[in-house]
Amino acid sequence: MKNTIISLKDITVSYDGEQVLGGFNLDIHDGEFVTLLGPSGCGKTTALRTIAGFIKPDKGDVFFYEKNITNLPPHKREVNTIFQKYALFPHLNVYENIAFGMRLKGRGEKEIKQTVHEMLARVNLTGYAHRGISQLSGGQQQRVAIARALANEPKVLLLDEPLGALDLKLRKDMQVELKKLQQQTAITFVFVTHDQEEALSMSDTVVVMDGGVIQQIGTPTDIYNEPKNAFVADFIGESNILDGIMLDDYSVKVAGHVFRCLDSGFGKNTPVDVVIRPEDIKVVKPDSTLITGDVTSVTFKGVHYEIIVDVAGFKWMIQSTECRRAGDRIGLSLTPNDIHVMQKSEYSGMFGDYSTFSDEMGEDIIASDEANALENAYSADGKDILAETNPAGGANAGNEPGASPDTGIRAKGDGDEI
Amino acid sequence: MAMKSDSKLLSAPYTVWMTIFIILPMLLVGYFAFTDKSGSFTLENLLSVGQYSNVFLRSIWLGAVATAVSLALGYPLAYMIAKMSTGRQNVMVMLVMLPMWMNFLLRTYAWMTLLEDNGLINSTLAAIGLPRVHMINTAGAVVLGMVYNYIPYMILPLYSVLTKIDRSVIEAAQDLGASRRKVFLKVVVPLSMPGIISGVTMVFVPAVSTFIISKMLGGGGNLLIGDLIDMQFLGSAYNPNLGSAVSLVLMVIILICMGIMNQFDDGEEAGGGMLL
Repeated sequence: MKNTIISLKDITVSYDGEQVLGGFNLDIHDGEFVTLLGPSGCGKTTALRTIAGFIKPDKGDVFFYEKNITNLPPHKREVNTIFQKYALFPHLNVYENIAFGMRLKGRGEKEIKQTVHEMLARVNLTGYAHRGISQLSGGQQQRVAIARALANEPKVLLLDEPLGALDLKLRKDMQVELKKLQQQTAITFVFVTHDQEEALSMSDTVVVMDGGVIQQIGTPTDIYNEPKNAFVADFIGESNILDGIMLDDYSVKVAGHVFRCLDSGFGKNTPVDVVIRPEDIKVVKPDSTLITGDVTSVTFKGVHYEIIVDVAGFKWMIQSTECRRAGDRIGLSLTPNDIHVMQKSEYSGMFGDYSTFSDEMGEDIIASDEANALENAYSADGKDILAETNPAGGANAGNEPGASPDTGIRAKGDGDEI
Repeated sequence: MAMKSDSKLLSAPYTVWMTIFIILPMLLVGYFAFTDKSGSFTLENLLSVGQYSNVFLRSIWLGAVATAVSLALGYPLAYMIAKMSTGRQNVMVMLVMLPMWMNFLLRTYAWMTLLEDNGLINSTLAAIGLPRVHMINTAGAVVLGMVYNYIPYMILPLYSVLTKIDRSVIEAAQDLGASRRKVFLKVVVPLSMPGIISGVTMVFVPAVSTFIISKMLGGGGNLLIGDLIDMQFLGSAYNPNLGSAVSLVLMVIILICMGIMNQFDDGEEAGGGMLL
């Protein structure tokens, strides 16, 4: 086992009397890529800022190579942070931003120059040394922030949702680059994100958090395949979470039928949560399997179809490459491998089936119908609203209010739909 | 096209206003400066400004001292206010502006009664057995008056720049190894440069050209450019032509000072790194 580089022991942090982290324990190993994953407000950024030294915990200690650094100010810690909004120095150019840390350490001008150019090459920004910060795009600023942190030769790099502000394509590229960078430099990365896909694809270890408490620590595969509770199962990927009863080892009753499974050690007749991933379910003919249901909706997602199936009132999500139509009756086939059994937890019942999924959409449709009805009831106002939302119509309406044939037709069209 | 003519029409009142009340008076000042009493062209007014060089130097010196004191006092206060909670910030900003609600003359009169040889301060000193201090009619009293009257103009732009500094930039500097002192010198001060420059300009310009403060607190021995100009128009030495010439020279001096200050600002933005 590798050395523990950072150790958080029993950390408690509160803001204005509200506890953000409670009894938080975490060991981070040398050279590891650790991701703190959770919804906003789960305390992941607070944990990161505690390591950086910006937050002094109310209780608990931070250890760095077994040395207690709880009271060490940020500038004396051998960790560097990549901030969410980059936090580059606007009064300095790219070169001076990267040189900032080295200048504080009193490095020679020659060494500084060499390191700056090395770092710029590493983040693919060779030739940008004398640009101003405001002349750079978001992605380039991000790279400068990374170069600035790496130039300081940190033992640990803390990344606070660094890719949040980038667009999807760039974010994917940066994920690959960051992972590569971490492997090349062998620096320990502590990465904070709310994006589960980002966490799964980059990390060695994922720490899933909610409500200031660690829900599960594990490798990405562990977290996905063996979620510890309903929260983790729901947060990581899509999942059908059903109430079940563990009849005996390797035997679980779920959806009204008894299935063989690979889980054991829950005791006899224990209520449990059962996770079945949508992509594990096989769509078969209705008469050849135990579970059958009616397809209520189908969405094409590119790689697969997302099929919502109503099985005796419980809506399952299935991801299948086979297309089915709404109204079809289908069978769902499961193998012992597809069933994952979890202990009941405080999250049981909070994340269930996908009926809310379709209900919400229903509500949206109803809401927009109501909006249309309102617009028709006050038809003059309705026209104005339509004219404003439609740029072309808006220009016309500016000159001749209400007389534009374009907006008139639109208002009528909406009325017909009801 | 329609938009363009609209905005021209909208700006017309301002253009007319500025022409009548800014451009025209300045042309008149120029005209008076280059003519004598009978209205014929002469350089004599400008040449005779030279004999008042000691007044110019004293004005610039006292103005500079007052500006430096305002900066030294105003910066820490602005910095402290910027670090307070929003509610307290508003209260503090109001307190800074509060004296400005009082009439300028009244405020300066108040200082007279405080600083006089038999004023409040000296009476108090005498009462507790300390020797009296001569304060009124000294250069120090003039600087005090300038600082007291103009320091809000230093604090407000500094405060507004300091509150805009992103908290994460300061954290980034700490993170990279900067102690509190280094963070202040290498990040906070450079980033507040625009505020320093506008504060310095807004204090220095009125301080150099003031005449009330020096008249009331400085006595006869601390004649400033403002007093000199005042005397040419309203005082015993009535000579608007000389007054205009002095005004013109003062304007040029202030323009040069502002030019130097702005140069400093540009340099900060473009090659800030070189300064460190």
